[in-house]
Amino acid sequence: MQTSSAVNGANYLTYQGKYKGLLGWIFSTDHKRIGLLYMYSIATMFATGLLLGLAMKFELLAPGKTIMEAQTYNATFTVHGVIMIFMVVVPGLPAVFGNLMLPLMIGAKDVAFPKLNLLSWWLYVTGVFLVLAALLFGPGAPDTGWTFYAPYSFKTGTNLLPAVFGAFVLGFSSILTGLNFLVTIHRLRCPGLKWTKLPLFVWTLYGTAWIQLLATPVVGITLVLVALERVFGVGIFDPALGGDPILYQHLFWIYSHPAVYIMILPAMGAISEIIPTFAQKHIFGYKAIIASTMAIAFVGYLVWGHHMFTAGMSGTAQYYFSLLTFIVAIPSAIKVFNWISTLYKGAINVQTPFYWAISFIFVFMVGGLSGLVLGALATDVHVHDTAFVVGHFHYIVFGGTGFAFFAAMHYWFPKIFGRMYDKSWANIGWLVFTIGFLALYTPMFYLGIMGMPRRYYDYLEEFHGGNILSTFGSWVLATGFVIIVVNLIRSARKGEPAEKNPWHSKTLEWTVSSPPPVLNFDEEPVIGENDGPYNYK
Amino acid sequence: MYNSEITKASNFVQGVDTAFMVILGISFIFLIGLTAVMLYFVYKYNRKRHPKPTQIEGSVKLEIIWTVVPFILTMFMFYYGWAGWKPMHNPPKDAMEVTVYGRMWNFSFEYDNGRRSDTLFLPKDQAVKLNLVALDVLHSLYIPAFRVKQDMVPGKKDNFMWFEPQKEGTFELFCAEYCGLQHSYMYTFVEVMDPADFQAWKTDTTSVSSSIAAAASPTATGRKIMQNIGCFACHTIDGTKLVGPSFKGIWGETQTVTTGGEKRQVTVDEDYIRKSIFDPNADIVDGFAKGLMVTYEGQLTDADVDNIIEYLKTLSDHKD
Repeated sequence: MQTSSAVNGANYLTYQGKYKGLLGWIFSTDHKRIGLLYMYSIATMFATGLLLGLAMKFELLAPGKTIMEAQTYNATFTVHGVIMIFMVVVPGLPAVFGNLMLPLMIGAKDVAFPKLNLLSWWLYVTGVFLVLAALLFGPGAPDTGWTFYAPYSFKTGTNLLPAVFGAFVLGFSSILTGLNFLVTIHRLRCPGLKWTKLPLFVWTLYGTAWIQLLATPVVGITLVLVALERVFGVGIFDPALGGDPILYQHLFWIYSHPAVYIMILPAMGAISEIIPTFAQKHIFGYKAIIASTMAIAFVGYLVWGHHMFTAGMSGTAQYYFSLLTFIVAIPSAIKVFNWISTLYKGAINVQTPFYWAISFIFVFMVGGLSGLVLGALATDVHVHDTAFVVGHFHYIVFGGTGFAFFAAMHYWFPKIFGRMYDKSWANIGWLVFTIGFLALYTPMFYLGIMGMPRRYYDYLEEFHGGNILSTFGSWVLATGFVIIVVNLIRSARKGEPAEKNPWHSKTLEWTVSSPPPVLNFDEEPVIGENDGPYNYK
Repeated sequence: MYNSEITKASNFVQGVDTAFMVILGISFIFLIGLTAVMLYFVYKYNRKRHPKPTQIEGSVKLEIIWTVVPFILTMFMFYYGWAGWKPMHNPPKDAMEVTVYGRMWNFSFEYDNGRRSDTLFLPKDQAVKLNLVALDVLHSLYIPAFRVKQDMVPGKKDNFMWFEPQKEGTFELFCAEYCGLQHSYMYTFVEVMDPADFQAWKTDTTSVSSSIAAAASPTATGRKIMQNIGCFACHTIDGTKLVGPSFKGIWGETQTVTTGGEKRQVTVDEDYIRKSIFDPNADIVDGFAKGLMVTYEGQLTDADVDNIIEYLKTLSDHKD
């Protein structure tokens, strides 16, 4: 623990503790440095996944072989999925912006368990290496899809067990982060910061943390069962041994569906900070947004079966899962209504984070509404396992989480780095990226309704048109991504020095200097009766 | 160009497409409406035009309205989804039964008189129940024009789907559940015919596996059988290496195989081919993986295998 005199004047970026250079980062227990470590590791994995995605889209430019063989294509979409889901979007916002901002937003010096927090990052890195090693050093990169469905995943000669073990280690990182945030939010709020005055990003981290804590252990259970089957030949999932492949699907989705809410809840939280800030107006329906957050966190556990409507569950189970799926849609709709109402009679300052936020609302609506098609039984039977599903979840997971990530990035950037980015280039990057995104994923809805199954290396001529547009979109999107990243990297080093509170926000992180001091607050902040995260009066 | 638009090609199209109309209709109204309102607010309340915000913390009345209205609308959608799906689980008693075998990477269809085919021939206006048998991994039988899809789960009892084709024509039939290397090539066609033509096709057994045909040309019969049961998805006849060894020149050759962990040399003869078809994982040829092929026990007769062998001989320079 450093004393405040030792760190006077230095911010968290320049401060030098026990170690120098890189060691000063990878052994730092400062939540802000850990947040940046996550940001750099996740950005690296995202760029890798993006390149794989581009390769896939290029292959689908024309029917027949374009650039790679079927085996390579199958491995490419598998590794793309594993990286993007387990290493990018699941840790995504909570690990990066949760770590960077949570203690600042509640007036704390750090999270409750800083060492555990560092351990979480180490576990994340270990998990990433384990999974990548399993992918690269096996008899061949796995070709099972990121869902690893039995019994195909048990037949293929690739390294399933180490990969699932890696996912388990990644899961542990997630569980510990969740636990850490729960305790932090319960115990470390500054005086006067009641639950009803918590910023909504903190509330969504809270809901997320419960899901991380309660749903992730299912991955561990699945691992134990996979190990029992592979090592000892106990028939659990493989029908050749007397197992049940549908049991695997249940276990997989009992975790992986709530994981979707781990991805999207903090994204909704970030948007709930950005909209009021740029409208300079109190968030509309604060309590309704909290209630809908907790409703999503809870009901989200109970809808996993909607991934399995054609798998052969009982009719009653399908009926029940469909009904609950429609019910979980309502809290998301409530959030959208509240965000849009927040704009009403505001004084809107249209800046880059705001562009990202309103485009988030649009893509999130498309993603959510297309989800209704998949939640209804009759329509799901037709479009399940088609390109429609791929379009839907990229709109939610990439459109939702990704747009919110970039919104949060451009929103908190001046706070994190103490410098401002070039706003014109940031806006150009946003525009190009958004156009690319729409062109890339919208045709998939059409292709799916026309009947093109997903995970297809090759397709019939009638699906060609939609695929050309989609591939073209992937190039535009990648161009936008490069513009955004180059601008941010350049600005982090050479941008104009940023003010303490450039967006005139009311939450606590904007009351400290940019970048924040090592211990965040020189004096513990106290929230008065009339203060609040959205009191713009 | 095969038919895949909205065609009323089966008895389920109406119900499923009604659900699509209801859900997509409501969704588009919401999407366009909300986007328009959002953009209007962004324009109207831009700080250049509206520099002073009015602080509004919320409205209980509005929250109730926009909870209750979407709830009612989603229940509508749920109902239409349910209504279109419900009949898919109750096949009529007089449905014609066809057994479908799915394996990596082809479908084959078996009719009650033993007729087998790689294309699903069906009579128009006759309910058909497909009994689904997955021989290796998960597959999913998907006929977009009929709006039906059902996963084929190995070992699962009572794995079936049903529908009634209501339009003559050729329709695509895909595997929709990812099943490995050649997944995207695991498709075939449904041929819906006039019932009289269908009867004629079904009872005409001259093309496959009949003794007359075999006497006429065992090699042609052998090739036809192999086509029907999907051998060529994994084994080529031109020497290209796929998942399994190519058939080109294989007859009479000496191969290095692994049997029970030990390497040995075998000559490809009648016994070896028979064993490779009925116990495919006993001998694994060098350079290929174990466990990808499952036995054809019960699906081929000895006479069928004889014909296959005759055909394989034609691909090789070795004579008997």
